[in-house]
Amino acid sequence: MPTTETPEIDIKTDIGDFMYPENHTYDAGTGLSEKTIDYICDVKKEDDWIRDFRKKALKVFRDKPMPTHWASGDLNTIDFDKIRYYLAGGQKPSKSWDDVPEDVKKTFERLGIPESERKFLAGVEAQFDSEAAYSNIKEIVSKQGVIFVGSTEGLMKHPEIFRKFFGKVIPTSDNKFAALNSAVFSGGSFIYVPPGVKVSHPLQAYFRINAQNFGQFERTLIIADEGAEVTYMEGCTAPKFDTATLHSAVVELVALKGAKIQYITVQNWSSNVFNLVTKRAVAHEEAEVKWIDCNIGSRLTMKYPGVVLKGRKARGEVLSIALANDGQHQDTGAKMVHAADETTSNIISKSISVGKGRSTYRGLVSMPKHLKGCKNNTECDALLINTNSRTDTYPAITTRGQKNSVQHEASVSKVSAEQIFYMQQRGLSEGEAMSLSVNGFINDLAKHFPMEYSVELKRLIDLEMEGSVG
Amino acid sequence: MSTLEIKNLNVTVAETEILRDFSLTLPKGEVHAIMGPNGTGKSTLAKALAGHPDYEVTSGEVLLDGENVLEMEVDERARAGLFMAFQYPSEIPGVSIANFLRAARQARLGEDEELEVTKFYKEMYEKMDALKIDRKFTSRSVNDGFSGGEKKRNEILQMAMLEPKYAIMDETDSGLDIDALRIVSEGVNKLKGPHMGVLLITHYQRILNYITPDQVHVMFDGRIVKSGGKELALELEEKGYDWIKDEVAQTA
Repeated sequence: MPTTETPEIDIKTDIGDFMYPENHTYDAGTGLSEKTIDYICDVKKEDDWIRDFRKKALKVFRDKPMPTHWASGDLNTIDFDKIRYYLAGGQKPSKSWDDVPEDVKKTFERLGIPESERKFLAGVEAQFDSEAAYSNIKEIVSKQGVIFVGSTEGLMKHPEIFRKFFGKVIPTSDNKFAALNSAVFSGGSFIYVPPGVKVSHPLQAYFRINAQNFGQFERTLIIADEGAEVTYMEGCTAPKFDTATLHSAVVELVALKGAKIQYITVQNWSSNVFNLVTKRAVAHEEAEVKWIDCNIGSRLTMKYPGVVLKGRKARGEVLSIALANDGQHQDTGAKMVHAADETTSNIISKSISVGKGRSTYRGLVSMPKHLKGCKNNTECDALLINTNSRTDTYPAITTRGQKNSVQHEASVSKVSAEQIFYMQQRGLSEGEAMSLSVNGFINDLAKHFPMEYSVELKRLIDLEMEGSVG
Repeated sequence: MSTLEIKNLNVTVAETEILRDFSLTLPKGEVHAIMGPNGTGKSTLAKALAGHPDYEVTSGEVLLDGENVLEMEVDERARAGLFMAFQYPSEIPGVSIANFLRAARQARLGEDEELEVTKFYKEMYEKMDALKIDRKFTSRSVNDGFSGGEKKRNEILQMAMLEPKYAIMDETDSGLDIDALRIVSEGVNKLKGPHMGVLLITHYQRILNYITPDQVHVMFDGRIVKSGGKELALELEEKGYDWIKDEVAQTA
């Protein structure tokens, strides 16, 4: 049987890249200095301790070199002097729904986004009904004593809890971008769940963040007190149309004894965005932290959700899916730091590279010698669609001693031309065939996701694949 | 008009001529068998008809009920009613047979039409019962880890669900044990009828013990060199292909 080259795929990268002129009441201007920080603190009326915290972070940010000795050299193209670090109080854009490009409207339609939300996402409406949805959730959970507010409100109204945990999981000096975030953060959520409270509704940042403006430097802190349980969902599957090119969030989770936190992210960035995020959790005795992370789009995403397994029998899990289309680089992975006996961790990573898209898996599993009964399982699978795709795996597993067990599996597969031909012969278009292959590839992982997320993820992949066939 | 008409088809693969002025008319409601020695272009015929990108049609015509198939993309041909049962069906990990069939059926509907899922499952289960295929079968990933027999059974199930006008069976019988062969043959016998033409490509006479063709064509060196009734298959079985080769050599 003759062999076939995988067909070249023509990628449209400009889908979804559009923007509207905006006017902001508060604008810190371009560039970053102590003045910028003073401006932010003044506008937000923040206390001195946070002003000091920000200024110290600025120093750390300046002193730290770009991590290009291991990460992509593409980071060097970020011009920090041209970035606007704080924008707020946006006026309603003067555009109307009629001005939104037809193909964008179609995108929203295909994603099944309700009419009211489409207008918001297209930037023609500064706010949509999410205020109502957010306050509903807030009301329900506050009866249980749960605090669910923005990070600014959190640090002002609940300093006794906020200060105790803030910046402790991810210290300012952790990396250059964590330092940057610490200096200029705004937006993000603060959640505290009291002991024994099991939050029945997943808390959705989608509503809350939409009720403000999307933050570039979000800061989220979630604390589940002893025996508490909470699920947090971040992001939405609609493409984010944003003029800002650098997004650098910091997310800290603290699961105290016996607590459970599940953090779910589905993000679809436009292809001009650098998405450099630090996410880490501390799991105390018998606590459980699960990161579910789906990354689609962006120019470069660097994100390695981690769990420090601090207490005996703590469990950490990272399930991630990354899709790198043409011109995109998904540099993602997971970190599991075993710091107590009988701790277990599980990492399942699936990446899809399309066109010249590139995906990299970076993992870190650490088990020091003095521990016993620790277990890690790591699986990373890569799917390549097109001969130009690139995938790399850098698993760094440090285990010492004989009393722990580590299991690592990696696979790379390709969507072959024969497979596409087979599906097309059954009547599916090339795009439909490809998205079916991709959905099949992530299927066993996606079925662990909440229903609505896996449905949206499937739709997103359909859309990405449709755009990727010439 | 109710025919699959192949006229003077010339096909090259990697710049080598494989089919040379191949002509054949398959009327709806009939089963035609194409037999021939290895390397004579039988599978090339199947793949060229289906539109595989490696098979270049240099000249000729293929008309499906009068419609020019060669101008269509692979999936358009499929939706026009051309089905090919693969000799080596591809695996699609993570995609269940049921979901695959749903997608294939959905692809046949208009853009604003949604497949009626309950009806679909009812129909699928009825057809599976008729073909004596276990209902659990459809929850498995398409061909993933299937035995040769299971793969072919899956091809038959897809054929049943997609109801093609013309089905090309590309050496569906190869590599099957006698039980699997019987299941596949019974499937084809159940599905054939006035609404469908079947082109049964095979190297062995064996499958023709189970499926009775209306016509048998012998293919050699890229074209049909002899056609006849079902008894021609028996003659080939008895005498082998050399006899045909000699005959072709004499007339050349």
